Amino acid sequence: MAEHTVTFPITDPQEILKLRAGDEVTVQGHIIGIRDRTQIRIFDEGVESPMDLSGAFLLHTAPGVRKLDNGRYEKVCIGTTTSARMVRFTEPLGRQYGVRAICGKGGFPDEAIAPMQELGMVYFAIVGGAAALETTQIEEIEEVMWEELMPECLWKFRVKDFGPLTVGIDAHGNSLYHDVQTAAQLKLKELYARL
Amino acid sequence: MSTVIATDLQHAVEDAAAHLYVWSLKDIPQDLRDALAAARLRETSVTGQRVLNTIHKNVNIADSEKNLVCQDTGIAVYTVRVGEHFPLHPVRIYEALRDGTGRATIEHPLRSNAVHTLTRENTGPNIGYRLPIVHWEFIADWDGLDVKCVPKGSGSENMSFLKMCVPADGVKGIKQFVLESIVGAGGKPCPPGIVGVGIGGTADYAMYLAKEAITRPVGTRNADPLVAQLEDELYGLLNETGIGPMGLGGDVTVLQCHIEHADTHMTLNPVAVNYQCWAARRASVHVDAQGNLDYDREF
Repeated sequence: MAEHTVTFPITDPQEILKLRAGDEVTVQGHIIGIRDRTQIRIFDEGVESPMDLSGAFLLHTAPGVRKLDNGRYEKVCIGTTTSARMVRFTEPLGRQYGVRAICGKGGFPDEAIAPMQELGMVYFAIVGGAAALETTQIEEIEEVMWEELMPECLWKFRVKDFGPLTVGIDAHGNSLYHDVQTAAQLKLKELYARL
Repeated sequence: MSTVIATDLQHAVEDAAAHLYVWSLKDIPQDLRDALAAARLRETSVTGQRVLNTIHKNVNIADSEKNLVCQDTGIAVYTVRVGEHFPLHPVRIYEALRDGTGRATIEHPLRSNAVHTLTRENTGPNIGYRLPIVHWEFIADWDGLDVKCVPKGSGSENMSFLKMCVPADGVKGIKQFVLESIVGAGGKPCPPGIVGVGIGGTADYAMYLAKEAITRPVGTRNADPLVAQLEDELYGLLNETGIGPMGLGGDVTVLQCHIEHADTHMTLNPVAVNYQCWAARRASVHVDAQGNLDYDREF
């Protein structure tokens, strides 16, 4: 299992193709926070994203923040939510907006594998609940759009040494979640026989 | 009871609730820290070790930065034991818990998660209609009050399961349902955590008991030896599933399995599963009849 550092947004698709399920990744540059209501607005309500998402790294988050007098936001505690609820947005995010990486916790079900392979996307697993650490790796909240959806706005964060992340689903059709579930279902049969 | 004493007591309980909510979110209990450290020693997979090392680092950073362990401030759930002679009525205890939760949310500030279940509009500072949630127990011949705050994150709460097994399914049916639930949940509830199981009673009460089970100190055992034996057995079986830390595969799938039970109807065999994530936040206080607060007493 290799270790990589990737800077987002990316322009070279090879940056994604070199990643393999199980690899460890540290991220630099800019990432975009997004959540259920943000994606419902974009895709179900048909409102175009006001932020450029091409080559982007999306983080499933609804951060805890403090609003300052100058209108900007200061981080309080920023962590990551469960991804599986938002799996159906994977394909349109890649096809319509050119998103290259989606990061969350708990993984995506198998329906994400084919679009990620076709569109050259990757799913990064973060450690859910490890928000104190994650907050120190977010240097600044640079931009917030759709504030009326607080805290499920579009957030632009500048990050430094964001991770460690694990490649959960790669762009070559491999998914750790699929492999773990397949093995666990076989194991369950063996355990049931012992009960 | 004089009004002055009741008002002071209500303020004391409100202060306690405000303190417990923030404290529990920042400083996880020692028994949980020990369980996470043991898991880190036991895990052999590369991804599992990566996850458990990150958790270890995160808990230390929460300590040094005085930040929240996890961003999900949850739904505030309180487990309350009220003595028969405690001089404040539960109606006022509830008010104090609600007001303390709201005050902590505004003053810190904490992320506010509470929404109307249909409109999804925010209902206030982690309070709302029937929020926070309180589990009540009444104790005879006692004049004290114990309050335990358990902020419950949604990632793990979404992984709650109920099955009305039939009597012929027996204990085997209970074990199978718990196993299939935890395997099905995969990485979503932030494993390795505490699997709470409620058995017996009615459908609603089994789930209530499952929630009680996750609020216990990690690794405690049910007083009934038969139930305790089932806790041991399920704990072992769950860790054979290979789901591993954050569902990426590995040896440690759960930190513990706790079971609470109630007697039931001869034709019922309910089993409920409620999951508590690795950040199993929990903080307690004892309040005496004069309103003195003792934050060191675990229950």
